[in-house]
Amino acid sequence: MPVRVYIPTPFRKITGNRTFVEADGSDVNGVLRDLEQRFPGFGEMVFDGEQELLEHVNVYLNSQEIRVLQGANTLVSDGDEVAVIPALAGGAAMTPEMVERYSRHLIMDQVGPVGQRKLIDGKVLAVGAGGLGSPVLVYLAAAGVGTIGIVDFDVVDRSNLQRQIIHGTSDIGRPKVESAQDRIADMNPNIVVQTHTQPLTSENAMEIIPQYDVIINGADNFATRYLVNDAAFLSEKILVDGSIFLFEGQVTTFFPGQGCYRCLYPSPPPPGMVPSCAEAGVLGVLPGTIGAIQATEAIKVLLEQGEPLKNRLLLYDALAMDFRTVKIRRDPACPLCGDAPSVTELIDYEEFCGSPFHEGPAAAAGG
Amino acid sequence: MPVEVRVPSMLQKFTDGQKSVQLESANVGELLSSLEHSYPGIGDQLLEQGELRRFVNIFLNDEDIRFLEGMETALNDGDVLAILPALAGGDR
Repeated sequence: MPVRVYIPTPFRKITGNRTFVEADGSDVNGVLRDLEQRFPGFGEMVFDGEQELLEHVNVYLNSQEIRVLQGANTLVSDGDEVAVIPALAGGAAMTPEMVERYSRHLIMDQVGPVGQRKLIDGKVLAVGAGGLGSPVLVYLAAAGVGTIGIVDFDVVDRSNLQRQIIHGTSDIGRPKVESAQDRIADMNPNIVVQTHTQPLTSENAMEIIPQYDVIINGADNFATRYLVNDAAFLSEKILVDGSIFLFEGQVTTFFPGQGCYRCLYPSPPPPGMVPSCAEAGVLGVLPGTIGAIQATEAIKVLLEQGEPLKNRLLLYDALAMDFRTVKIRRDPACPLCGDAPSVTELIDYEEFCGSPFHEGPAAAAGG
Repeated sequence: MPVEVRVPSMLQKFTDGQKSVQLESANVGELLSSLEHSYPGIGDQLLEQGELRRFVNIFLNDEDIRFLEGMETALNDGDVLAILPALAGGDR
């Protein structure tokens, strides 16, 4: 019976860095013995001297702990998913505090302890801690995404508070990354926050973006939007793109090699042709809706559950209260992800967008 | 062939604030000419030397016209054409 086995981070060095491996067996014990044979070192990680499962290792069959089933003798069927979770996976045990905090997730079939562990092991980067970044950061932190990166060089301004819910009045004048970090620490002290206070540039993007699993684009200008798109593709990272204007929003999730922002919009508008939110205004709650959808997408991707907005662009009109999706696809002629790419490294996005990189509402301040 | 054209908020200043207008045309190219005729100024926002600007997409129902027949894409009664310019993102 071939089953899929989830391998937690600390065991991946044994499985050649693979998150999932196939294994064969009629019951859980058989599956584990199969892995023991194929991956030297696996046995010692899960069995004790008496060949019993180590006490600090939990095994789940389709999100149910095997001890509430028939233990190692629990039968498996074709297509089942087995997960081997050591208590110390990710460097920290799921403490009683975490079990209580995440209890609404832990009782869901679609999340459960295995899914929650995937969130805890997950690393997500939010580009911008502004309108879109605020709800993104709040929901990722609340959900328990273990490592959250924030890129933003801006400081909190009173005019931000109409929509940027991660910041408060007492934060005015503080760097947004610091304000966001404090809010996250209060919401969920289990989260590791990595702050990047420099503007994202062609020079540093390939150092920052590869550190994460999923990138959430809440940039507020085209130069940063294209920079993040290109760096995410070149780093083979999943990119959740979101943008807003007045009462309207657009969201999509790009998987590397299956279409990118350049396939959708090959080049940016000339400077001044498309006004920014700072120039035209934005309904305060709009980034809340769009950012919450971006956070939902990131969490689904980490959980490997459901259908992300792959090759679909979600269009939201708050005035009409209308949600629609249109089909988007990879463009074989795309200069970045097409068949004969001409963009093989990061370029000068200031020049590409025809505008000073940090003009106006600054780069990477976001949504 | 009446077709519904959905106008993004960015361009509604050209359509007297209307978010959707009805026009009749045989194909997308003709429809854009007719749109400019009815709402002067909007054409320049969408086209550059007769070609669709590269930061503007037009979706016929839910398909990007670039992956259909482009400007030659035929229109039918009841079609919905959505104009989607790239949005810069947000605000600071």
